[in-house]
Amino acid sequence: MPDIDIPARPTPASPARILARGVRGLMMPHRIAMALVALAGLVAMVLMMDWSWLPAYLPRLWAGLGMTLAMLGASVVFGFLIALPLGVAQVIGPRPLRWLALGFCTVIRGTPLLLQLWLIYFGLGSLFAQFPELRETWLWPYLRQAWPYGLFALTISFAAYQGEVMRGAFAGVPYGELEAARAFGMSRGKVFRRVWFPRALYRALPTLSGEIILQLKSTPLLATITVTDLYAVITRVRQATFLTYEPLLFLVAVYLCLSAVLIGVLRWMETRVPQHG
Amino acid sequence: MTDQPAIQVEDLHKRFGTVEVLKGVSLTARPGDVVAVIGGSGSGKSTMLRCINLLETPSAGRISIKGEAYEMRSVRGEMEPANRKQVQRIRAHLGMVFQSFNLWPHRTVLGNVTEVPIHVLGVKRAEAEARAIAVLERVGLGDKRDAWPAQLSGGQQQRCAIARVLAVEPTAMLFDEPTSALDPELVNEVLSVIRDLASEKRTMILVTHEMAFARDVATHVIFLRDGRIEEEGPPEQIFGAPRSPHLQQFIRSVA
Ligand SMILES: Nc1ncnc2c1ncn2[C@@H]1O[C@H](COP(=O)(O)OP(=O)(O)OP(=O)(O)O)[C@@H](O)[C@H]1O
Ligand SMILES: [Mg+2]
Repeated sequence: MPDIDIPARPTPASPARILARGVRGLMMPHRIAMALVALAGLVAMVLMMDWSWLPAYLPRLWAGLGMTLAMLGASVVFGFLIALPLGVAQVIGPRPLRWLALGFCTVIRGTPLLLQLWLIYFGLGSLFAQFPELRETWLWPYLRQAWPYGLFALTISFAAYQGEVMRGAFAGVPYGELEAARAFGMSRGKVFRRVWFPRALYRALPTLSGEIILQLKSTPLLATITVTDLYAVITRVRQATFLTYEPLLFLVAVYLCLSAVLIGVLRWMETRVPQHG
Repeated sequence: MTDQPAIQVEDLHKRFGTVEVLKGVSLTARPGDVVAVIGGSGSGKSTMLRCINLLETPSAGRISIKGEAYEMRSVRGEMEPANRKQVQRIRAHLGMVFQSFNLWPHRTVLGNVTEVPIHVLGVKRAEAEARAIAVLERVGLGDKRDAWPAQLSGGQQQRCAIARVLAVEPTAMLFDEPTSALDPELVNEVLSVIRDLASEKRTMILVTHEMAFARDVATHVIFLRDGRIEEEGPPEQIFGAPRSPHLQQFIRSVA
């Protein structure tokens, strides 16, 4: 039996074809009905609700959005970089390292992010405060703010989830492909760089967009440790204007748009990458 | 042509745990030889072949490629390669063709064939690609160079795997049942490529269940049984006048 069992590769679609397929997909009756409902809702919202606060808060909303996106982007990038060794260690690491990586992933994935965030912010924060020497260092201006703690918590959380994904991706690369690389005289490092790592990465990519969306939806937790992300700005709006629904609906719209854009970009990236089996 | 053997295996033993799978096998392949290895399932054919490029580490014995013996050392009673660089250098010119192809699915056909020349042997890309295109023509895949392995039939994948070996200008080619994973109607396209290579006097060691083919292309046939060479000789003798009862029975059973 061959151990390569790969579904046939779909022919790469041209942008025009993708667009045509998209438009045809949108013309389905239930989609049209849903679109009409959404449109009616939008019209009702614009006409019947109070949006007068929006212009005045726009600069702060932009800043909040920037903070949300910066936290998301940085934690995804750093988290992914940490996830790689976490995944490799769990597949071929010596036993202590394997246990360590497995333990890290299990603990982080098994506890609420909110809890981690608070433990890191309040715990580390008060710990650092006990070392006056720290105040003299270049680190102090950062350690006094909330966002480094938030970024740290988001990063290890993403690393733990993605580390588990990478473990599966590394373990799932068929052994014969690695053996062929060895049989042709590749060093261990080269086998990793040329075959094992790219194969694992392409295998993990389809799950990446889901993980990033989940991460986006975790960012409002940062507001609980005084990071002024988009959610925190909206909370201020609600306190100042005594409006309940308008700011929240605005938030819904923005997160939806962000998710949609992220999904679109990542789908496109997936089609750019040779992903066969 | 020198008289130096391309591959020389002397008194090769291999144990897995306490089970001895190879019990003293010796063989010599001179340049241009096509050595066919036949034998029942579990007789140690694959293990022997994989010892030649050290995918399996021999437990005892000596293996030399073009007169150069692998440097081995003994660690707690187990043999182990002593010089990883040497192993890699020798392997780079011992192309292996696997039963299940083992192409790299994230590279195109051309990418699979240029991978080792560029990234192991240090050949310039343009040169490697020109050569890859030539060897792909050779195996009848000239029009498939931009396809992905998953888009190829089994027979095409195996021919691509053969092209990948040809691209390194191998000292010797190692085939491990190259047609066993193929649908019957795809076997012949692969065998005919191998036949061409044999007629070019390329050195190869060919583990196969295709007896008619072995008889046809081999210069020397080895019958392995239970980790030992039970009988060997030119194909006419092995298939025409087998002496050992086990070989006689084996040939009858696969005929
Ligand atoms: N990695 C391994 N660990 C333990 N036993 C092994 C290993 N590889 C092979 N063996 C055993 O060694 C013996 C010879 O195996 P080998 O694969 O060399 O046989 P073969 O002649 O190639 O058989 P086939 O025709 O089925 O491919 C078998 O009994 C097999 O179970
Ligand atoms: Mg075998």
